[in-house]
Amino acid sequence: MIKRSIFKSRLLPYLLIFPQILVTVAFFYWPAAQGLMQSLMLSDPFGMHNTFVWFDNFIALFKDPLYLRSVVTTLLFSAATAFVSISLGLFIATMANRALRVKALIRTLLIWPYAVAPAISGILWLFLLHPSYGVVALAIKRWFGVDWNPVLRAGDALTMVVMASAWKEISYNFVFFMAGMQSIPKSLIEAAAMDGASPFRRFWSITMPLLTPTLFFVTVMNIIYAFFETFGVIHTVTQGGPGGSTNILVYKVYQDGFIGLNLGSSAAQSIVLMSLIILITVLQFKYVERKVQYTG
Amino acid sequence: MKNRRLLMFSMFLVLVVFSAGQVMAKPITINWWHAMRSARGEICNYMIKQFNESQDKYVVVGTNKGNYDETVNAGVAAIRAKKQPHILQSFEVGTQTMMLSGAIYPVYKLMKDAGYDVNWKDYLQPVLSYYMNSDGNLMSMPFNSSTPVMYYNVDLFKKAGIPLLSKSEAITWDDMEEITAKLVKSGVPGGLVTAWQSWTQIENYSAIHNIPFATKANGYEGLDCELTINNDKVVNHIARLKSWMADGRFFYGGQKYQGPKAEFLAQNAGLYIDSISGIAKLKKAVKDFKWDVAPLPVESWMKEPQNSIIGGASNWVLKGHSKKEYEGVAAFLDFLATNRMQGYWHMQTGYFPITLTSYKGLKDVGYFDANPFQEVGIKQMTRREPTKISRGLRLGYFIQIRNIINEELELVWNDSKTPQEALDNAVKRSNIKLREFEKTYK
Repeated sequence: MIKRSIFKSRLLPYLLIFPQILVTVAFFYWPAAQGLMQSLMLSDPFGMHNTFVWFDNFIALFKDPLYLRSVVTTLLFSAATAFVSISLGLFIATMANRALRVKALIRTLLIWPYAVAPAISGILWLFLLHPSYGVVALAIKRWFGVDWNPVLRAGDALTMVVMASAWKEISYNFVFFMAGMQSIPKSLIEAAAMDGASPFRRFWSITMPLLTPTLFFVTVMNIIYAFFETFGVIHTVTQGGPGGSTNILVYKVYQDGFIGLNLGSSAAQSIVLMSLIILITVLQFKYVERKVQYTG
Repeated sequence: MKNRRLLMFSMFLVLVVFSAGQVMAKPITINWWHAMRSARGEICNYMIKQFNESQDKYVVVGTNKGNYDETVNAGVAAIRAKKQPHILQSFEVGTQTMMLSGAIYPVYKLMKDAGYDVNWKDYLQPVLSYYMNSDGNLMSMPFNSSTPVMYYNVDLFKKAGIPLLSKSEAITWDDMEEITAKLVKSGVPGGLVTAWQSWTQIENYSAIHNIPFATKANGYEGLDCELTINNDKVVNHIARLKSWMADGRFFYGGQKYQGPKAEFLAQNAGLYIDSISGIAKLKKAVKDFKWDVAPLPVESWMKEPQNSIIGGASNWVLKGHSKKEYEGVAAFLDFLATNRMQGYWHMQTGYFPITLTSYKGLKDVGYFDANPFQEVGIKQMTRREPTKISRGLRLGYFIQIRNIINEELELVWNDSKTPQEALDNAVKRSNIKLREFEKTYK
C-alpha cells in the first residue's frame, strides 16, 4: 500500500532535489574539500604563502605524543560522558515512568536542562566547582576536608567537565527513554508481574530488550555530542587544562586553528576527527545494531 | 505601462541620489577594527568622536570585532577576501604573524609618506621596541600596553609584621622567600599567586634579568631561532616556586587571571602578580582590605634590573587602500598619540601613556600623586634602556608556544614533572612549532 507518485518529466525529480543538493554541497562537501586541501598544505593565515607538503601535517600529528594523548583523552571523556548521561537518563526515566501524581510536572522539569547551551552549563558548573570561587568546592573543602582542585589536578578537571557535559545530556536521553518506555505494551509488564517477576527482573528482561533501539540511537547521539558539542563546556571550564588533560580533539582543532592560526595542522586534525567519527558510527551500525531488537 | 513609467522614474531618482553623493565632497571613511569591548570600547568611541569632530576630511568608523583572537581572525578573513579595514588591532603575541603577513603597511613608512615627522625618541622605548623590526623601524602603532606588577595585601602584611614594600625599588626573590614565609606563619593560607604564568614568570622574568628567551635576539634576527628557557636561571626560579608550594608560600590559581585574582580577593594569598590593568579591577572588587602595588621582585645577583616587557596590542595599518585614505589613517594615528588623547586613555584605562611628553604632562598636573599605583608599572618598564634581550619577543606561533609553556608548568605544579624536564620539554615542543613556522614562510 505504498503511495507512489509518478513523475512524467525526467527532469522534474532532479529539479526538486536540487535545492537540497545545493545546500549539502555548499555547506558540507565544499568545506570538507577545502579542509582536505588545507590539510595537505603549510600556509600562513593570510594565504599568501602556501606550500604543498603532502602528508607532512598528518605525520607531524601522529608523531606528536600530545596529539595521541588528546585522542586518548577524547575517547575516555566521550565514553565517560556517554556512560554517565545514559545510565542516569535511563534511571530517571524508569523512576519518572512510575511516578503517578505529578508526572507531567516532573517530566517537564527534567527536560529543562536540555535547553541550556553547553557553554552556559559549563559556567554553571564552574561557579559550583571552581576551587577559588565555587560554592560547592569551598563547602566540601571546609566541611569534609576534600582537597578538590580541578585547576591543578587532571583527574578532578576531567571529572568536572564530564559532569558538566553529561548533566545536560541526561535530559535528552531521558526524553527518548521515556518515549521508548511508553511504547512498550503495558500488558507485557503486567503479565510478567502476575507471573511473579520482580521489578528489577521485569526491567531487565522486558523493558531493557525492548528499549535497545532507543539505547542504540541514544548512544550514537551521545558519543557524537561528546565529540563535538562539548566544545563549549571545555572552553568555559578548563580551556583544555591543566597540563592538557582535558584537551579533547575538537578543542585542539580550535586552539591550533583559530587561536594559534596554524591552519595546516588544524585542518589535518579536522580530517582525522571526521574520519574517526565516521568510523565510530559505521562500527556502531555494523556491530551494535545486530544485537538490537526492533519490535515488529 | 503605468508600472513601467513608475519604475523608470524611481530608477532615475535613485541615480540622482547616488550621483549627488558623489559630487558633494564626502569625507573619506577610515575603518578601524579593534578588540576593545564594553568600557574600553566606549573610551575608543569617545576618542574616535573627538577625531571626527576635530576635522571634516575623514570619518573614522570603529568596529569591535570581539576579543583579540576574534579580531585577528576577522582581519585574516577580511584580507583573504580583499575587504580589509585600514587599521586592525592585533595583540602582542601576534606581532610576528602580522609582520610577516605581507599585508601590512609599516607605520614608520606610513607616517613618513604622509609627511609626519614623528619624534619616535619621545615614545616609551620598551613599548616601541616590541613592535620594531630588527632594523629598529616601527611596524605597528602601539595602542594599549601594560606590564606586570605585584599587588600585595597591606592588612595582612601589617598583621604579619612585614614592612610595606617600596613603589620604585624592587624587592629581591630572597626577600620574597622571607615575606611569604612570614605571611604563612601568621596564618594566611598562601603567600604568592600569579596570573598569566608564562608572561609574568618566564617572559618577564627573563627580560628583567636579561636572560635570552630565544636565540637570535629572542627571534628578532631570524626565523631560525630556538627557545632557551631551559637555562639554569629560569629552571631554578621555577624550582624555587615549586619548592614553595610545599607549605603554601606559592600556589597555583590557574593560567589566566580569574583564579589568582579570586584568591587574592579572598585573602587566601598575600601577594598577587598580574598586569597593571588589574588596578582598575581591584579598585572595583576590593572592599574589605587595603592593598598596594610594588615592582616585580628581582634576583639579588641582578644589580641593575632591566625593563619589564609589555602585553597588550597595537594598531596595524593594512595594505590595499588609496593614498588619500592613508593620509587619513596617518592623521588619526597622529591624533591618538597627542598628549590629550594619551592622557585621557591612561586615566580611563590604566594602559600606558605612549609618549614621555604625555607621561610628563600627567605628572605635572599631579596625577601620579593622586594615583601612585599607576606609576609603578611605568617606572619599572622605563628604568633602563631595553637591551636586545629585554626589548621583547618575536616568535612565530607564539600563542601556541605560550600554551605549551602553560601546560608544562602545570605539569610541574602537579608533581608530574621536574622543572628541568618540563622546561626541556617546553623547549623541544616549541622548537617544533618554530620550525613549522619557519617552513611556512620560506
